[in-house]
Amino acid sequence: MILAQSSATAGRAATDFMWLVTLLPFLSAVIIGFGGKRLGGRAHIAGIAAVGGGLVLSLVGFYQLAAGNATVEASWVWFELDSIELEFGMNYDFLTGVMFVVVTTISTLVHIYSVGYMHGDKRYTWFYTALSLFTGSMLFLVIANNLMQMFVGWELVGVCSYFLIGHYWEETDNSSAAIKAFIVTRVGDVGFLFGIFALFIAGGTFNIPELNLLAEEGELTGTIATVGALLLFCGAVGKSAQVPLHVWLPDAMAGPTPVSALIHAATMVVAGVYLVARMFIVFEHAPAALNVVAIVASITMLIAAALALVQDDIKRVLAYSTVSQLAYMMAALGVGAYTAGVFHLFTHAFFKALLFLGAGSIIHAVHSNNMSDMGGLRKFMPTTFMTFIVGSLALAGIFPLAGFFSKDEIIGEALRAASDERQIVAWIVLISALITAFLTALYMTRACVKTFFGAYRGHGHPHESPRTMTVPLQILAVGSVAVGFLGFPVVGPFPDWINVPGEVHHGFSAFYNLALPAISVAVALAAIWLGFQLFYFERFKVDIRSGRFAWFYRLLENKYYIDDIYLGGIVRPIQYPIARATNWINQNVIDGVVNGTAWGTVAAGKGVYGVIDQRVVDFAVNGAAGLTGFSGGILRYIQTGNVQRYAAFLFVAVAAFVALFGLF
Amino acid sequence: MPVSYFLVLSALLFSIGVYGVLARQNAVLVLLSIELMLNAVNINLVAFSALLGQTGVPGQVFALFVIAVAAAEVGIGLAIVILIFRNRQSVDVEEMSLMKW
Amino acid sequence: MATIGHQIVFWIIAVVMTVAAVAVVTARNVVHAALYLVGALMSAAALYILLLAQFVAWVQVLVYVGAIVVLMLFGLMLTNAPIGRASLDNNQRFLAAVTAGVLFLVTSFIMVRAFEGQSIDLVREQGTLTESVGEVIFSAYVLPFEVVSVLLLAALVGAIVIAKRD
Repeated sequence: MILAQSSATAGRAATDFMWLVTLLPFLSAVIIGFGGKRLGGRAHIAGIAAVGGGLVLSLVGFYQLAAGNATVEASWVWFELDSIELEFGMNYDFLTGVMFVVVTTISTLVHIYSVGYMHGDKRYTWFYTALSLFTGSMLFLVIANNLMQMFVGWELVGVCSYFLIGHYWEETDNSSAAIKAFIVTRVGDVGFLFGIFALFIAGGTFNIPELNLLAEEGELTGTIATVGALLLFCGAVGKSAQVPLHVWLPDAMAGPTPVSALIHAATMVVAGVYLVARMFIVFEHAPAALNVVAIVASITMLIAAALALVQDDIKRVLAYSTVSQLAYMMAALGVGAYTAGVFHLFTHAFFKALLFLGAGSIIHAVHSNNMSDMGGLRKFMPTTFMTFIVGSLALAGIFPLAGFFSKDEIIGEALRAASDERQIVAWIVLISALITAFLTALYMTRACVKTFFGAYRGHGHPHESPRTMTVPLQILAVGSVAVGFLGFPVVGPFPDWINVPGEVHHGFSAFYNLALPAISVAVALAAIWLGFQLFYFERFKVDIRSGRFAWFYRLLENKYYIDDIYLGGIVRPIQYPIARATNWINQNVIDGVVNGTAWGTVAAGKGVYGVIDQRVVDFAVNGAAGLTGFSGGILRYIQTGNVQRYAAFLFVAVAAFVALFGLF
Repeated sequence: MPVSYFLVLSALLFSIGVYGVLARQNAVLVLLSIELMLNAVNINLVAFSALLGQTGVPGQVFALFVIAVAAAEVGIGLAIVILIFRNRQSVDVEEMSLMKW
Repeated sequence: MATIGHQIVFWIIAVVMTVAAVAVVTARNVVHAALYLVGALMSAAALYILLLAQFVAWVQVLVYVGAIVVLMLFGLMLTNAPIGRASLDNNQRFLAAVTAGVLFLVTSFIMVRAFEGQSIDLVREQGTLTESVGEVIFSAYVLPFEVVSVLLLAALVGAIVIAKRD
């Protein structure tokens, strides 16, 4: 029984069938899961077919949506409890459409890539089961039309990430990383659940479009709506690894690399951003909550970007990078730039998946995660090298790659909010965003230099990965170049798809659309240049002078030779201490707060001990214990383990209740 | 004929069954007593069916279902009893207290 | 309406049933207990006939007396139970009797009070035809009927799995 269907189309459009996209991965999970060992090395076929089919359907659906088909909201009543009505339904609009395209695209490529990467793994079929389930759960979360259903998907995503991060559970580190990811995100989930309740109290419904509508009409205001929005953000903080719940994400690198790509690009971590974007109108009408979002995001992006600078594990560099980029999206939402935030989510998915899969390809070749075991790989792995560079440049925000457009949108929106609306928060976001842009380009340069340039420092002979791994890389590289143009200022269609009523669009003004990109690209280029100075020339000066990049070296030497002093005297003493200090703060201050609290508690406890504890509390405790012991001593005679004695109590109780309700 | 005659007879049969379930030590005899309780329920169902006349036919249908379920119950119950006897050489209900702490 | 004949038949059935049932729960020989159960079940079948429910009565005889009691006897033989009151009954007979007595008093009191004055017409032109039982089963209750068949299959498989020797 379809209760509400806002679709006005006469014919049955593909948009009505988008639930199929969600269903397909679940089906393949069931098939692979039950097929088990019989499928053996062919387990991937079902997964790729299901997710690939989902991709095709998502594209068709999105095309229809863009061509003017109405958005679809349909639901069944799941169950009713008095006045509480819980629905089970779908909501297919542009935001869902974009997420569907992202999730299915990345997931399809990861499925294909894993054929090569996971070849010969002893839990190959289980891996594909979990991968399909993971994808399905994320799609389920995205398509949900009410918060309760979303929460179900949210938890499913959490448990699937647990399975996949702990895939190599034979090593204790990996299984504890899985547990850490599960538990840390769970901390946020508690907030999410209570946020759902708060919004239900405020709005009387779990339905997301209805809640947004209520907020838009100004009926969802006041403290409880703000509290609800903040609690929802708690969930997003956990899932999207924002400070202070970001600690799980670097550890989550223990999983197989394709899983990391999936977690970081398409599923799991973007769920938090999606949640805030989905409930954006509610947040917008709770300005305090939105400011908290912006500030938490600003802090996160700086901390994470600085941390990425000092990591040796290439996956950890990318992990911190993800944290910082997620904070970018959050910050965009925090200053009210809905379109820009979602657009960055969209572009980021492509180049971050590309970078992770590229890193996986490298790790596959050198059998180590540490960049100190790499170096000079561009000669051995040309395809990986080229695609990884594309991804890095996109992340750094170099024109005309995808990251450039989305990052520029965010910075531009932050500047607009800061200058036009005079929000202090927007200034903070703007400055953090610019510094982060610089740091991003710097750490990506470092990663690329340490990985692909110089001399090979590892063992054995690295070789290019099989085609199942390189082809997805090439596809993603093309995507990383191309998708940015969807959001090209003025002419790009993206703002027409994703927008909220009342949001100011980027009008064409020379200041926003020419000056700002120039500044951000200049910042990024400066960082790349700095990166080469720092990580390349210092160590491998002699080697590079006669190598292929000699022209580049001469160019830099001629133009910026004096900068060695500048670099040695200013940048290094500042750059590294900042990064180290952040790391130190992370390790010591936060730990210090925890330890200090513990110490304070102990000290206070000692003081109180002599007076209150010995006299008052002991009496109460001993009394309570005595009472418990006494009553337990009586009750233990009931606990005989004799079934018939239990049955006797049961029948007596039944008789008592019958008498109670029948006679009175 | 007053319907309460049948109801009281059924209650009596049920109570005798309860006594058997509580007082018997042999697991098979406990199962026998459970059959008595199920029959008491059936008598109630058929009596109400007769009270309602032609509209009460579903009462008899439910009695049939109860009989079918009882058959299934006896099958499984005896299988469990036989398994326990094979493992422990005893069908004493009082000795089946492995679940006690 | 009921004739005096119905009254007499009812009381005979009631007495036989009660005696047989009490014998089931007090017998010192397990085989005797099973045979007393046959008596109780047969008198229940007679009661169904008195209540004009012939089909249920015959199913009662076939399934209960024909199958379940036989199964019980097999169970008793296979478990080789000792004989004698001390080993058949446990030491909480008093508690059991009190519980059963309280339950009987409470339920019968409530039911008598609730159905006071309502009586069954036992001299209708015809009783419930098997045909109408069949119609109800295969129309309104066809789904539960199918579920019961699945239940029986599951019980069959389950009993074999549980009791088989590995």
